Parts: sequence; structure tokens; C-alpha cells
Amino acid sequence: MKFSLSWLREYIPVEISAEELSDRLTMVGLEVDSLSDRYRYLNTVVAGRILESKPHPDAKSLKICVVDIGDKKLKIVCGAPNVETGLVTACAIPGTVFPDGRVVEKAVIRNTESNGMLCSEYELGIGPNSSGILVLNPDTVLGEKAANVLGLSDTIFEIDLTPNRPDCLGIIGIAREVAAILGGTVRYPEKTDAGSGSAVFDYTSVSIQDPDLCPRYCARIVLDVTVGPSPFWLQDRLLSVGMRPINNLVDITNFVMMETGQPLHAFDFDKLAGNRIVVRAAEKGESFTTLDGKERILSSGMLMICDAEKPVALAGVMGGFNSEISKETRRVLIESACFNQASVRRTSKILGLNTDASHRFERGVDPGGTVAAINRAAILMQEITGGRLVKGVVDEHPGPAATKRIPLSIKHTNRLLGTDLDRRSIANHLVSIEFCVEARGDDLLVVSVPSFRVDVSRREDLVEEVARLSGYNNIPTTFPLVPSDMKLPSKQLVIRNEIKNFLLGYGFSEAINYSFARPSACEQLRLGPDDTRRNMLEIVNPLSEEQSVMRTSLLPGLIGSIHRNVSMQIKTLRLFEIGKVFFNTGKNRQPREVENLACIWTGKRDEFSWHSKEVDCDFYDIKGVAEGLFNALKVEKIKFTSLPAELCCYVKPGHAAGIYAGEEIIGIMGEIHPEAAANFDLKQSVFVLELELDRFIPLVPGVKTSKPLPKYPSVSRDFTIIVDRDIEAQSIVEHLESVNEKMLEKVQLFDVYEGKPVPEGKKSLSLRLMYRSPEKTLEDEFVNRIHNRISGTVLTVFSAALP
Amino acid sequence: MDWILPVEKKIEQIRDEALAELEGVADTAGIQALSIKYLGRKGLVSLFLRNISNLPEEERPEAGKNANNVKNLLEKHFDEKRLRLESVAADSGLSIDVSLPGRPSNRGVLHPISQINNQITDIFARLGFDIAEGPEVETDYYNFEALNFPKDHPARDMQDTFFISDDIVLRTHTSPLQIRIMEKKRPPIRVIMPGRVYRCDSDLTHTPMFHQVEGLVVDKDISFSDLKGILTTFVHQIFDEDISLRFRPSFFPFTEPSAEVDILCVICRGKGCRVCSQTGWLEVLGSGMVHPAVFENVDYEPSMISGFAFGMGVERIAMLKYGIDDLRKFFENDFRFLGQF
Repeated sequence: MKFSLSWLREYIPVEISAEELSDRLTMVGLEVDSLSDRYRYLNTVVAGRILESKPHPDAKSLKICVVDIGDKKLKIVCGAPNVETGLVTACAIPGTVFPDGRVVEKAVIRNTESNGMLCSEYELGIGPNSSGILVLNPDTVLGEKAANVLGLSDTIFEIDLTPNRPDCLGIIGIAREVAAILGGTVRYPEKTDAGSGSAVFDYTSVSIQDPDLCPRYCARIVLDVTVGPSPFWLQDRLLSVGMRPINNLVDITNFVMMETGQPLHAFDFDKLAGNRIVVRAAEKGESFTTLDGKERILSSGMLMICDAEKPVALAGVMGGFNSEISKETRRVLIESACFNQASVRRTSKILGLNTDASHRFERGVDPGGTVAAINRAAILMQEITGGRLVKGVVDEHPGPAATKRIPLSIKHTNRLLGTDLDRRSIANHLVSIEFCVEARGDDLLVVSVPSFRVDVSRREDLVEEVARLSGYNNIPTTFPLVPSDMKLPSKQLVIRNEIKNFLLGYGFSEAINYSFARPSACEQLRLGPDDTRRNMLEIVNPLSEEQSVMRTSLLPGLIGSIHRNVSMQIKTLRLFEIGKVFFNTGKNRQPREVENLACIWTGKRDEFSWHSKEVDCDFYDIKGVAEGLFNALKVEKIKFTSLPAELCCYVKPGHAAGIYAGEEIIGIMGEIHPEAAANFDLKQSVFVLELELDRFIPLVPGVKTSKPLPKYPSVSRDFTIIVDRDIEAQSIVEHLESVNEKMLEKVQLFDVYEGKPVPEGKKSLSLRLMYRSPEKTLEDEFVNRIHNRISGTVLTVFSAALP
Repeated sequence: MDWILPVEKKIEQIRDEALAELEGVADTAGIQALSIKYLGRKGLVSLFLRNISNLPEEERPEAGKNANNVKNLLEKHFDEKRLRLESVAADSGLSIDVSLPGRPSNRGVLHPISQINNQITDIFARLGFDIAEGPEVETDYYNFEALNFPKDHPARDMQDTFFISDDIVLRTHTSPLQIRIMEKKRPPIRVIMPGRVYRCDSDLTHTPMFHQVEGLVVDKDISFSDLKGILTTFVHQIFDEDISLRFRPSFFPFTEPSAEVDILCVICRGKGCRVCSQTGWLEVLGSGMVHPAVFENVDYEPSMISGFAFGMGVERIAMLKYGIDDLRKFFENDFRFLGQF
């Protein structure tokens, strides 16, 4: 909502500075977004004296002037009839931009250079006179800014109005707030009817067929109007708040809307078939051309203003082309009505047509203000257009709302605010914004809410009025008691943070990517046709194709992060992200949301340094991270097994592992498949680790228990076997662990070798087995016996040979 | 015969020979060799000790004691000499270039949003708040209706919404969790709710996804002054203890009265600058007393209890605290950016 200080002063005296007023308004809830100097554009328009003027050799009507603007002299070509030597006038220096967009530039006019513009009152936007350049007092200091010389000063306020305050969508509403802040009384515009009697009924009638959507409709008739441009003061007011003057009738309706907040519409009365108004809902598919010349297809339920035959306006949104005011208009029907908020909003949304009127109606227009507004407009039309008012107002008001009366307990008010206000001060605050109060008993005020405050309907609303007017910053600052039933943070939260901490320790940095994805991510990831990750949730109104679905994998986002970094020459990266992925579960249902972890490692194993040669990272680097993570969280019995080819969409088969807890796969790791890498335009190897946290976190033991430390030393035995290349080392370890030998404490693989002298298709594995007894120091012979027995089983089970 | 030699004499001899040899040793390797010769498992002192059983019974204790004394004495002398030699070597040996960088072992960086998020949740945890999380894709009911945003109400324009269908939306705020929590639990409630939220908007100061932390306190006799107390404490903890703040009337459909919390601009200290749009103040929190209609929607009796709710944008706080000018940087994961925090 925009208004100017000078316009506001029409209704309420303001003795404080614009800055202070801005601050005070903000602190009662009308947040001032910006203050601007209305005449800032005149900063480059200065007083100048015409030192000489001679006729332009190539144009009879032009003169070439030399103008003294104090610090220099400018040569300017001017065509005004009143140019003469010695005259002091307003000179716009090149670079000046007028409110209508005109820019003053250095120019060559008929072969003569011109370095500015001598301006008329009208050109300066400060008055109606365009017959010649502005004549200033000859004593004016040359070079002085025009705004100062002319005493022009006004401030434009722009308020970021919250949707609950439609009463302040008219300047009078703001004046009411100012009156409450500063004291003083609002000067309302003349409210006299100017035309009594009921002659209007001889001309027209209004019939409301849908009173729910139109609780009130007022109409007045003005005859013998002359349509033309508005007087300067009216145009100036509209321009000051950024509205474009159109013609006197339309300008008056806009002016009254800005003043009162009540949108008005003026119909050409002679274009209304039957000269009457019918308010009814549209039929589906009906078409209608609004006054912006666009044809609109109506849906059923849209409220229409019609004449005897056809629609003439979209109620509360925009008038119709067919009944528009034109130069020929002689008789006018003014509409001032109340429409259902939700209905106007729906219509405006469906048609994508947001107007000053719909903005107000959907927030709620004062049902008690329609008559005052129509009379104000009618009187102005009479004054400005030379029209003749038909006596009387048609006021169809099928269901007038009763005044809202709300009991307000002083105790309750103070309890909710934490204040100690007495009844008198509470009453005074409410009265200051035109609420009526009546004291009842010791503790109550019965508050009558003025009709323009459509937002106030409960006692809490009144409490807010009291609070904002007495000042939020005057309310004490206290502390609530802490309830005694605190809960522990959820396991999800605790473990998630532990995982993050662990990964940070491993040199991984956290990434956060948008939860959106592009649908083609499925193809980029080479997902199979039945992959669940194809069940993407589509956004109806995405910002772009790249963000048109919700992600089902964290990978594309992380790969995007790799891209951005690689393009900045950061090629070694360890990144992780923890976030949700979303799986569509059917129309009109919330998706399944799953929290995942994804880590990527690309580039080198170590940071570039003098200590070691640069080595590319590989599968076992990222696997080490996974194992470290599981160890740190004491998650046991996790198995890594070669990922079946059908699950290797975006990882290289034979270079990828499934991470299993029992039979359940909880994650995968591996190297990105070259085709997927190409799909994402990746130029370097990337290793990934993905874990479904919702499956992993439950595996983390909630309680850690201490075990006694061993008292006796351990004894270890190494052995090396040669097995088929395809045998997974882990299966041997698992076998050893499963032989159920109590003394075997730990199995460690410490060497893997392929190549001569190991036969082709075979590999040699060296294992260290650690034995320990909780009861005694083990003797060599005893250990040898056990070791020989269990290592013997390995030879049989895996058809292994000794080297 | 060896075994009839006076045992005492023999051990003294061993001692003297060892000490004499030690005199001539010039490096730690020599000491190591001596150590093996005299004190090792098959060394002369050990041999002597093992032979004690051949002595007459009455001499054995004395001989054993003497031998152990010699063993201890030799150990001490060997150690002393070793330390002397090492010390000389340390003082005169070749040096290393300590200015060379060490082997890199750098910790990763927690995303600045997570860092701020942790700071926020830590502060509220100290104030006795629980932490809860909830779905990011919500029903219209939880995201709007139950929070007193009626259908076809302009208040819905305050939040540009991504739609999945007429009834399913990407949550535009963390406030739906207020409803989910109150549906499950009776007062007292004191909880914060961090999470991702989505709005259909993208420019320098808006990203289609960002993070919020919501808070809710419901109990008997919770007042607006309590809201001021909790939020003042929070603002002082997250920014600094001397920062000025103000509470300003505002509007949210689910609170009444509603308040925005502004802090004095951290850039210009209130003089007015580009960051604060010349106002000298920066909006950091939205808040208010829980609207009775919201209580009614979760079957609480508004006349029996009261409460307040608040919400803040994590990115906004991070931008103010770290002086970040472009919101989009948070989601580019440029390591040169992340590495600064």
C-alpha cells in the first residue's frame, strides 16, 4: 500500500517527521517498507537565467538559448513561446528522469547542440500549465534546485501490509491508525448525500441473486457528465501513488478507492441493457471480455455483474469491455459493493487477474462503507465532470451483518500478555481506533467492533489491538517455568550427528543439495524399468525442468557438486550428504520419505603434499570409510558382498559391493559406471557409498556395555593359502569365525597376492589368527593343535592349497 | 673346578669386567651388545644366578643377593651411559627441516547451515526444549487448514507453495509439526522443530528450498512476556549478548497476537544500509501466541491453556552471522565456500 504524506494530511494532521511517522507506524504493525522523496527527480532541475536567445536558423519555432545555471552556462534549444532573455526558469540537466519515464539527454536539434531542457510546469509534473516554460522569481539563486525554489516536498510511504488489515488499503484507514498513535481526530470527507429522495429508482434497479456472494450492492446515477482528463490535483494524487490517470470518471473511482479502500466501478449507463443490474453466478464456459480487451472463459460459480441480458463486469475483479466509460459516455452508474472474499479470490486466481479491486475484496471490504464511498464519488463527479446527480442511492443489502460485540476480560488480557494494564487504559486504546467499549462488572469490557475491522472477531484479536497500541516493547520480559518431563533426543537425531562427526573426521565435508531432481536423472543413473527410484513425486508448478520432481537418490545432487568444484579446479573431493529422498505412493497421498546418506570420493587418496606420490583413490578407500563408520558405531555383522549385476545400475559390476545386514541390503558402494559417468558428464572416477539410514540406524546398539579386559596374552599364528580368484576373502573369515573355536579371538587378513608363482586364476591370501584364553596363558603346543585343526577345515571347505 | 670357586669373588669379577668394558663403549649398539653379554637370557649374570643352586645351601641367599645387586648395578650403569650417548647424539646430530608441512590430516567441514542449526538447537536444548522432526511433503490440512489458513484466503499468498496435488504440498514452513505434536501429546509442550521447507521462489534472497527452526511452548499461563523472555535469550545467545532487539506487531494466521523480532542491523549498527533496506533493523524471527483456532483444531481447550510459537530461517541467521550475501551459495557446495566455516 502506497500513500503520500501530503495526501494523508488531508485527513489527519501530522506534526512529526516522515521518518518518525514511519517508525511509529511500523511499531503498531503497519510495516513501512520504504520512504521516498516524491520530488527526487527534480534534484537535477535547477533555476537558470536565459542570458541570450536567438532564433534557430533552421527552424522558425525554435530558439537557441544560453542559460546561466550558476556554476556554468548551457546552450539549450527551446520551442516555448515565452522564451525571452532575462527570464529565470526551470532547467533540466541531462540525466534527469521524469516520473513518466522521459529522460533529458544531450541532443542535436536541427543541427544545433542542446544540453538540457527548459521545462513547463506540466513537463515538470507539478502543475497543469503547458503553455510555456515555467517563470520563476527573477531574484531566484541560479543553480538552486527546483524543488527547493518551488517549496515542493512530499514523502511516499510504501507499507508492506499484512493480509489481515484491509482497512488500511485506504488512506483514511491509515489516518485512523495515525490518529491512534499521535492523538487527533480523523477528518472524514464530506458525507452528505447530495441528492435526497428516491428518483434513482425511476432509472434503475439492482437484483442480487446470490446474496452469499454479494451481501451488499449500492448504485447511483450521474447524468450529463462530460468525459475528459481530470483536473491536475486529481491526476497528481493518483500519480503520487503510482496510478495512471485515465479519464475523469475512472480517476474519481480510483481516487475514492485509494481514499476509502472501497473499490468502485463506473458503468456507461446507456450500455446497460434494460438499464438495470443483476448480480448472479456465471455459467460454465460463458465467455466475457474484460476492459483490458482480453476474452475470458468463465467457470461456474464466478460472480458476475450483469445487465438485463449479459454480463457487464467480473464482480470485484474487473469491469467489462462492453460497458466501459468512453468519450461518448453521458450517463454513469456507479457501483459500490461488497463481495464474498473467497469468491473474488477464486475468480481472480483462476483467471490470473489480480487487480487493485480484487486485492481489496479478497481481504475484506468494509460492508459499512459502501454508501459513504459511493456518495463521495458521486459528489466528485458532479463537481468535476459537470454532471447532475440523480437523487438517492440504490442500496441492496440482503443480509446486513450485526455489529460484532466481544466481551473482553481485563484479567485474561493481562494474563495472556504478562502485563498489568488497568481497564481504563485498555479501553482507551480500543477507543482510539474507533472501537466502542462498555464496562460490565469488575473485569469486563464489552467491545463493539467497527465494521471496517473485518479481521477482528475474537477476544484474542482485541488483545492484539491492546498489545500493539500499548507497544510490544512495553510488555515485560519474563521466563516460563521449565516443565519437568524432558525427553531424550531421538536416536535418529543422535546417530545422524554421530555419523556426521565421524565423516568429518575422515575428511569428508557436508554438502546440502536441493531435494529436487530432474526426471531424466533416472536415465542418467541407468535405473532399471522397475527400479523403485523411478517412482518420482512430480511437482505441479516447478520452477524449472531441473527441479520438477522430488529426488529419489542423493547421487545426482552430489555429482552436481563435483561438477561445480571440478570446474573451479578442485578435483579431489570428499563430500557427504544426509537428506531425505521421496517415493511416490499414489495420487493424493504423502510420499514415503526415507533418510539416506551418500558419500563420494573422487580424485586423489591423499591431499597433495611432499610426503607421498599422488595416488588415485579407489574402492578400498571408500570401503575403509564404511568399515570405520560401522566400527565407530559398534554396528556388527555387516557383510559386504559383490553387488549382483542387476543392482549395478550406476556402479561398475565387479567393482561394487552390497552392504548387507543379514539378508537385508542397507546400502551399496562402488565405482560409478563409465556410462553413468558419461551421462553426468563426469571426467574422473568417482567412488560412492550409499546407506539407507532408516535401515541402518536401528542396527546401532543403543547401549554400550563394558567387557572385562583380557588378563592373559594372546598368541598368533599366520597361514597362507592359495584359493580360486573368485572366492571372496570375507567368506573365509566368516568360515573361520563360524567354526566356533572359543580360543580364536580375531582373524585378520594381511596379504593378498595374485601373479607368479601363484597359478593363474588363483590368489594367495595370508591370514593372521589370534588365540587367547580368558583363563590362562596358552601353550604353544595347544595353540598349534587348534590352529592346525581349523586351518585344515579352510583347506577342505575352499579347496585351498598351501603355497 | 669352577663350581668350588668362591661365588662372591666371581660375581665381583663379572661386575668389574663389565664396567671396564662399558668404559670403552662409544655407541648405543655397543651398550646393547654388553647388555646381551652380561644381562641377556644366556648372559654371564644370568648364568651365575642359575648356578647358585650348586652352592652349599647356607651360601645361596648371600650369593643370590649379591648377584641381583650386580644385575641392578649394571642395568643402571648401562642405562646411564646409553642416555649420555643419546643425549650427545641429540645435541650434535643432523637436524630435520621442521618448517616442512606435516602429513595432511584435515577434518572435513560441516555445512554452515548445519553449524547454525546445531547452534540453534543447542541453545534451545539448554532452555529445556525437546527436538522433533516431521515430513517434508505435507497435506493441505497440516500445512494450512489446521494452522488457520482457510482455503481461498489471501494469507496463503504469504507463502508461495509447490503443489504435488490439490491436497498435497511441499511444506512451506515447519509449522505443520506444531499440529502433529499437539495431536499426539498434551501440554506441557516445549519443543523445537528444525527442517527443510520449500517455497516457489528463486532470486538473490530466495531459494526454493531452505531451512527453518520452529518452536512451540504450551502450558498453563504461558504469556506474551514469556515469549519475549525466551526469544530475547535466544537472540542474545545466537548473535551477541549486547545486541538490541525489538518486537513488532505482525500477522500470522496461526498466532494472535503475532510479533516479528528485529535485531539492530549487524552491518550498520542501526544507521541504515543496503542490507537492512535503510531501516536499521533486520527481521530474524516470526512469533506469536498460539491462535485459539489452532488449539481447537487439536482438541485443546483454549480457555485452559496458552502458548507461543516462533519460527526462523536458518539461512538468514547464517547470512547475518557470517556476512554471506547470496543465499544460493549455500546449495552450490563450492568447496572454496564451505571451507570458510
